[in-house]
Amino acid sequence: MAVGFLDRSRTIAPTDWSRWLIPPAALSVHLSIGQAYAWSVFKPGLEKTMGLSGTQSALPFQLAIVMLGLSAAFGGTLVERNGPRWAMFVSMSCFSTGFLVSALGAYTSQYWLVVLGYGFIGGIGLGIGYISPVSTLIKWFPDRPGMATGIAIMGFGGGALIASPWSSQMLTSFGVTPHGIGAAFLVHGLVYAVFMSLGIVLVRVPADGWKPAGWEPKLDHGKVLISAGNVSASNAIKTPQFWCLWVILCFNVTAGIGILEKASPMITDFFKETSTPVLAASAAGFVALLSLMNMLGRFIWSSTSDLIGRKNIYRVYLGVGALLYLVIALSTNSSKVVFILAAMFILSFYGGGFATIPAYLKDLFGTYQVGAIHGRLLTAWSVAGVLGPLIVNRIADSEKAAGKVGPDLYTMSFYIMIGLLVVGFIANELVRPVNPKFHEPAQGAVGATAGSEAK
Amino acid sequence: MSEQPQVRSRTGLMALAWLWVALPFAYGVYELVRKVVQLFGG
Repeated sequence: MAVGFLDRSRTIAPTDWSRWLIPPAALSVHLSIGQAYAWSVFKPGLEKTMGLSGTQSALPFQLAIVMLGLSAAFGGTLVERNGPRWAMFVSMSCFSTGFLVSALGAYTSQYWLVVLGYGFIGGIGLGIGYISPVSTLIKWFPDRPGMATGIAIMGFGGGALIASPWSSQMLTSFGVTPHGIGAAFLVHGLVYAVFMSLGIVLVRVPADGWKPAGWEPKLDHGKVLISAGNVSASNAIKTPQFWCLWVILCFNVTAGIGILEKASPMITDFFKETSTPVLAASAAGFVALLSLMNMLGRFIWSSTSDLIGRKNIYRVYLGVGALLYLVIALSTNSSKVVFILAAMFILSFYGGGFATIPAYLKDLFGTYQVGAIHGRLLTAWSVAGVLGPLIVNRIADSEKAAGKVGPDLYTMSFYIMIGLLVVGFIANELVRPVNPKFHEPAQGAVGATAGSEAK
Repeated sequence: MSEQPQVRSRTGLMALAWLWVALPFAYGVYELVRKVVQLFGG
């Protein structure tokens, strides 16, 4: 149980607190932990100074993503019980300590310390940090939960945009030596600790029964799937709705990550045999453009879901996403503009799928333990993180071995992605309101802050 | 209990909090846009 300053009871907002202070608190955490996607900046330096292979230098990142999924899944209930300030503090401590341990590893050329620090310790910081503001934001913005979680989860995408040039510049300044990399890790650990502290200080939970002025909950028992009841995390995983959302998230992420992970070689291969081949610098621009769309999709589509409903927005992500993959598969390399536009929208749906899922969970399971349920659902991300790159890379390698070139390297992958998106679309159609037998007793209704104690 | 109509503005804190996250974010977006321009031959 958290004590003192970190305790949930110390974070209950005074009546004059503005809810618009909560998104920057959430962003200070998500913009920091989003650094994980910029790990590749350190890879060449580590490989050079420590004599590592590409596979070995990827270990800290891979372990961090595994720990993200595990800590979000298993730490979610603790986060609900102890509150967002405690969770942000744990996240900051782990994420920052991870960099400091990695710095020690780099200074002493002990690579296992880098893996332990960044991968294991830092990875726990990623998972706890990722879910830390979610249920708090949903409680502050019951009228616009999609927009609120969209802002925070957009921050996770934005974190890499900041870290990538920042870390590169730091390595250039300090030098690609064991001491230079160690110094860069040290500065990262200290700066992120300070930056994340804003969230720890600023975050507040609304008082019991608080709601935005003039807003009344819209309770609809079928049309837009907004439930009046609350479901605990342990009950949620017994419902078919949870597993439908798991499939939806997993396949939507698989479809997006398949392009994102191989974007640069993909666009180069696609247009290699044409009159307008794509050069390396342009391919880097394509990757950057996809990152931008991934980030914008998190905010724009998630906010749109507040207007048109969660089920409808996932129809767009999955249905239109499948059609766009079909367009790429059929048009092959006939038009660069069509290829780029389709990929941009697919990546915006990928980001939107991430950002909208907490609001979908809130609609179905209520606010009671939505953070813990979200944590458990993120195991779908871990599976997709392996599945997407595996499909695209294995097929591209085997097609290359068969002597194929250009779009032919990827056509089969695209058809598989279409199939996965169609399965996700069907899973979305199967989502119905949760059976009331899973609902908590009435005292755990909207606005409750008792967490698992209400169980 | 509903939100009080006279929520204190806390303008300074609000500005500080949003600038805290917006400035690094703007730096990241600026660097990204520079790369995107290269895609279109800029």
